[in-house]
Amino acid sequence: MKKTLKTMLFLITVFFAVATLTPLLWMLSASVMPAGQASTYPPKFFPESVTLDHYAVLFTRLDVLRYFINSFLISTAVTFISLLFNSMAGYAFAKYRFPGRNRLFKLLISTMVIPAQVTMLPLFLMLNKMGLINTYLGVIIPGMASIFGIFLIRQYALSIPDSLIDAARIDGASDFRIYRSIILPLCKPILITLAIFTFMGTWNDFLWPLIVMTDDSMYTLPVALANLAGEHVQDTELMMAGSVITIMPVMVLFLALQKYYISGLMAGAVKE
Amino acid sequence: MYKGTRQITNSFTKSFYSAAYFFLTPALAAIFIFFFLPVIAAFVMSFTDFDIYSLGNIQYVRFVGFRNYLQLFNDPLFWQALQNTFYFVLVGGPLSVAVSLGAAILLNSKLVRFKSFFRVIYFAPVVTTLVAIAVVWRFVYHPRFGLLNYFLSFFGINPIDWLGDPTYAMPAIILLAVWKNFGYNMIIFIAGLQNIPDELYEAARIDGANARQQFLYITIPMLAPTTLFVSIITMIGYFQLFAEPYVMTQGGPLNSTLSIVLLMYQQGFRWWNMGYSASLAFVLFVIILIGSLVQFKLQKRGEEG
Repeated sequence: MKKTLKTMLFLITVFFAVATLTPLLWMLSASVMPAGQASTYPPKFFPESVTLDHYAVLFTRLDVLRYFINSFLISTAVTFISLLFNSMAGYAFAKYRFPGRNRLFKLLISTMVIPAQVTMLPLFLMLNKMGLINTYLGVIIPGMASIFGIFLIRQYALSIPDSLIDAARIDGASDFRIYRSIILPLCKPILITLAIFTFMGTWNDFLWPLIVMTDDSMYTLPVALANLAGEHVQDTELMMAGSVITIMPVMVLFLALQKYYISGLMAGAVKE
Repeated sequence: MYKGTRQITNSFTKSFYSAAYFFLTPALAAIFIFFFLPVIAAFVMSFTDFDIYSLGNIQYVRFVGFRNYLQLFNDPLFWQALQNTFYFVLVGGPLSVAVSLGAAILLNSKLVRFKSFFRVIYFAPVVTTLVAIAVVWRFVYHPRFGLLNYFLSFFGINPIDWLGDPTYAMPAIILLAVWKNFGYNMIIFIAGLQNIPDELYEAARIDGANARQQFLYITIPMLAPTTLFVSIITMIGYFQLFAEPYVMTQGGPLNSTLSIVLLMYQQGFRWWNMGYSASLAFVLFVIILIGSLVQFKLQKRGEEG
């Protein structure tokens, strides 16, 4: 009885795993099919012959390398800047006592229900005035600090014992020195988690770069892909190769660091 | 001497405060300038006729009171977008939460092996790029060559024009959205399930509770805070539906997948009716706020009753 239940549950698990992976695997498979082979009935799951032509076309004629670099530079910059700003603020909220601290923190948390879209029109006008439309900085700026990031780091930094900080202060360490040499190393796990969240979030972001980048040489990968998808509706295999290039970096990052990612997600959820 | 210590403490707290402000300033300044100010500005903008002429010269902006909101409530396109967005949130949201919970229970069960392996597989769609996925699913939904119709043909179901038929376009987007993000909530549910003490189940078993009763009277109530959290973040995210219709249907067919954010984008950044677009953004904000409050209230009542 228990054995049949076990087999049944296992089969259900496998079925959903296959269903989950099928679109991704098909994307990978179609991306190396010769043109036209993905549009046949019945659909082909495996390519009859493998070709890398579509990748070649993307990198030569369609300038995908440029979009890749745009995406990479923007995501890296946002990750580093926001990690610095959020960790400083998260540490201050966790370990300093100053007037209005709790009220300020509560205010920040409560504004998390405001959807980012509300800010986009004035932000666009503001950046336009500053001459930052169609620049990397224009895409980076709204991501420089995040309330969610500050929250995650504060929760983590709360668990650092005060005695450690006091001891360093008695030894004459400056506030910045304490932050750099004690807090940051101790917060490493949450910093890595937040770095992955931020990098992936920025890499996958669509609406804001779509608004800010007006010139196609400045597009990020998702914006470029959406644009190509509009022009190349019939070129299934080419679009699949473009999707693979867009997804691959974040997928590799996730698979390499999934322990940090998933444990960070679970820690954040439990503390809620 | 008393005065002396007090002075020392004062200068100490002062430098202590200044260190705190030093650490807070970069993040808070960025949030204030690039988040709070724009929110306020958007609110003000929603009472103006800010348009493409104002973009060139700010002097053309005039206050128009509630005109944008009145225009909005008389715009059939707005009601259509609102209805579509609610369809997506009210059907897609609970479906997504239910699938996440099911997957979490499956992967938390003692009877299933290779849990961490399956966990990674189920989670994989979450980290993918939504735009790329929308491009891929556009072909999965292809009426003639798509995988989905091929799969359904084994059950004798005739080909469906998923993205070309107003009846099926929104369900197709819901299916994609659930596939894309159930893994995220699943992880949060697994964390919640692992937090339920085993003793509760043991005690229930001793009292003769069967699996169904254990699920209904232990798992569900103990998971209530997690469910509230998951429901709220899912709802907030789902109200912001944009990339899927933008890439797959452009809001069509017959505006059946036009969402609030897509309408806001079109009005604001395609036609430059920025005042009108700002009023749309605020309506969305108010809806999300009310939605969150209602869920909190329901949860509270559930706890009391």
